[in-house]
Amino acid sequence: MDTQISDTRITDTLAGFDVERVRADFPILSRTVHDRKGRPGKPLVYLDSAASAQKPRQVIDAMTRFLEEDYSNIHRGVHFLSQTATDQFEEARRKVARFLNAPSERNIVFTRSATEAVNLVAHSYGRTFLSEGDEIIVSVMEHHANIVPWQLLQMEKGIRIRVVPVDEHGVLDLDAYEDLLSDRTKLVAMTHCSNVLGTVTPAKIIARMAHERGVPVLFDGSQAAVHGVVDVQDIDADFYIMTGHKLYGPTGTGVLYGKYDLLKRMPPYQGGGDMIESVSFEGTTFKAPPARFEAGTPAITEVVGLGVALDYMERLGREAIAAHEHDLLQYATQQLSQIDGLRIYGTAPGKGPIISFTLEGVHPHDLGTIVDQYGVAVRVGRHCAEPLMDRFGVGATARASFALYNTRAEADALVDSVIAVKEFFGA
Amino acid sequence: MMDELRELYQEVILDHGKNPRNFRHPDDANREAKGENPMCGDRFMVYLKLKDGVVEDVAFQGRGCAISTASASMMTEVVKGKTEAEAKALFETFHDLCTKDDHEHGDHGPVDEDAMERLMVLSGVRQFPVRVKCATLAWHAMNAAIEGEDKASSE
Ligand SMILES: Cc1ncc(COP(=O)(O)O)c(C=O)c1O
Repeated sequence: MDTQISDTRITDTLAGFDVERVRADFPILSRTVHDRKGRPGKPLVYLDSAASAQKPRQVIDAMTRFLEEDYSNIHRGVHFLSQTATDQFEEARRKVARFLNAPSERNIVFTRSATEAVNLVAHSYGRTFLSEGDEIIVSVMEHHANIVPWQLLQMEKGIRIRVVPVDEHGVLDLDAYEDLLSDRTKLVAMTHCSNVLGTVTPAKIIARMAHERGVPVLFDGSQAAVHGVVDVQDIDADFYIMTGHKLYGPTGTGVLYGKYDLLKRMPPYQGGGDMIESVSFEGTTFKAPPARFEAGTPAITEVVGLGVALDYMERLGREAIAAHEHDLLQYATQQLSQIDGLRIYGTAPGKGPIISFTLEGVHPHDLGTIVDQYGVAVRVGRHCAEPLMDRFGVGATARASFALYNTRAEADALVDSVIAVKEFFGA
Repeated sequence: MMDELRELYQEVILDHGKNPRNFRHPDDANREAKGENPMCGDRFMVYLKLKDGVVEDVAFQGRGCAISTASASMMTEVVKGKTEAEAKALFETFHDLCTKDDHEHGDHGPVDEDAMERLMVLSGVRQFPVRVKCATLAWHAMNAAIEGEDKASSE
C-alpha cells in the first residue's frame, strides 16, 4: 500500500461551528449498521445527503407534537384545531418565503416534491404559453426531474429542448448558452447546483441573459438551497424550486417559488378541493395563487416540519453551514485525490459539497457494496442524470455528498474504505 | 472480518469479473437480447447461436460490475451446448439460487448438477438483495434471447 494519507490529516473543526453538537441533534447518526449476532456493527458514516438528508430531533419532535396536539385539516372548518393547524401551515409558508427572500408568502406554492414542482410549471405554464417550434433551454447536467417533464411537453406540443453543454470541469458553457438563446426561446430551466458534479451555476447571469430577451427562468434549487444562501430577488428568478427532504425536512414537501404576475396568469395544475372559489356544473372559478395550485389536502404535518427544518438551518447560520461543508469538500477532495486511479468528476470552482468519482478497475456498484460494509453510505449509479453520464463517458459513478452534520473523520472513513476496496480488487 | 464480502466476491468471481470468458460478438449468432439495469447503468448484449434447439454458441458484450460480469461470463460457460430446455432450467434454478433459501427452491426439470455446483459461488448475493439483479442480468437476457425477445423484461 503506497498511498500516503495519514500524515496530512488534520482533525480541527472550523471555529464557531460545533459539529459534534450538531450531530447530537440527529438521532440516526449515532446508530451502527450491519450489526450481527455477537458482533457490533460499524458506526454509520452517512455521505448520501444529496439523495436525502437526515432529520434533526427538532423536526421529528415538532412533527410529533403537531400530530399529538394541533393536527387537523386546514383551510376548511371553523373549529379550534383547524384554525391552529392552518396557522402553523401558513407560518411555514412565511418561513419558506423568508428562506428564499421571496417578496411575499403569496409567491410560495407547496408541492409534494421538486419533481412535482417542475411538472406543475411544465403543465400549467408550459401548456399555456408554449407552442410548436418554441424552445426550452436546459443544461446537460440536469436531474431527470428537470428533463422529462419538458420531454412530455415536447411530445404534446412539439416544442424543442436545447441543451447547454459543460466543459471537462463541469463548468456551464455560457457562450453556448448565449448562442442558444433566440427568439424561439420561451423558457430557461436550469439547475442551480448539479447533484452529480456539484457545479453551482451563475444563476444571476443566466437570468439576466434570458431576461434581456424577455425569457423567464426556472431554477432547480434542489441542491443549491441546501448548501448556500439563495435570494430569489437578487437572482431575479422567475421560478425557483426546492425539495424539503434534502433540506433536513420530511419527504412529501416541495416548494415552487414563482413571481406573482406569472403565477397569476397560470391555470391550475390539478383540480380538487381547496383550490376553487366556487364550483358549479355551469362553471368553476379558481382561487388566486398560491391556493390555486394546491389542490387537495397537502402534507400538513410535513410542511410544518419543513418550516422547523428551515428554522434549524437559519439558527446554525447558512453561511456557517456552507463554510463547514466547503471545508469538508476541500479536505475530502484532497484526501481522495491521493488515491491512485481515483478520478473525480466535477471540479468547477465554487462547487457544492458533492464528490462524484470512479476508481480505475472497480465498478462503482462493487465499490458501493464494499464501502457499505465499512458503514460508509454513498450513492452509486447514474444519479438520475443519464445525459451527464454520457457526456463524461461513464456508465456510473460513486458519489459522496457532505452535509452540515458530517466531519473530517467521516471523510477519512470514506478514504480508508476506498483504499480497502482498492486492496480488495488489487486495483 | 468481512465474511459476507469474501463470500460475495470469491476469487472465482473476481477472476471472471476481470477476465470475462466469451466476451465477444460471434458472427454467426442468430439471436441477441439486451439486459439493462436502469439503477446502475449496467448493460449487456447476450448473443446466441441456436441450431436445432441447441445453444451452439453463447457470448456477451457490455459493461457491468464484477458480479454481473462474472455471472454473465459463467453463464456463457455453462449454457454452451445445452438444449433450450436445459438452458431455461438452468436459468430458473440459478434464479432460485440467488433469490431464495434452499428449502424454497422449485423444481425446474432436469438440470446440470455440475453447472449448478460451479454457479454456487454466486449464491453470496442472497445476503445482498440489491445485488441480485446484477447476478441475474445476463441470465435474463439469455432467457429472453431463447424466447425470441430482443430485451430482458425488467422485472
Ligand atoms: C438537482 C435535483 N433536482 C431534482 C431532484 C428531485 O427531487 P425530488 O425527488 O424530491 O422530487 C433532485 C433529487 O433527487 C435533485 O438532486
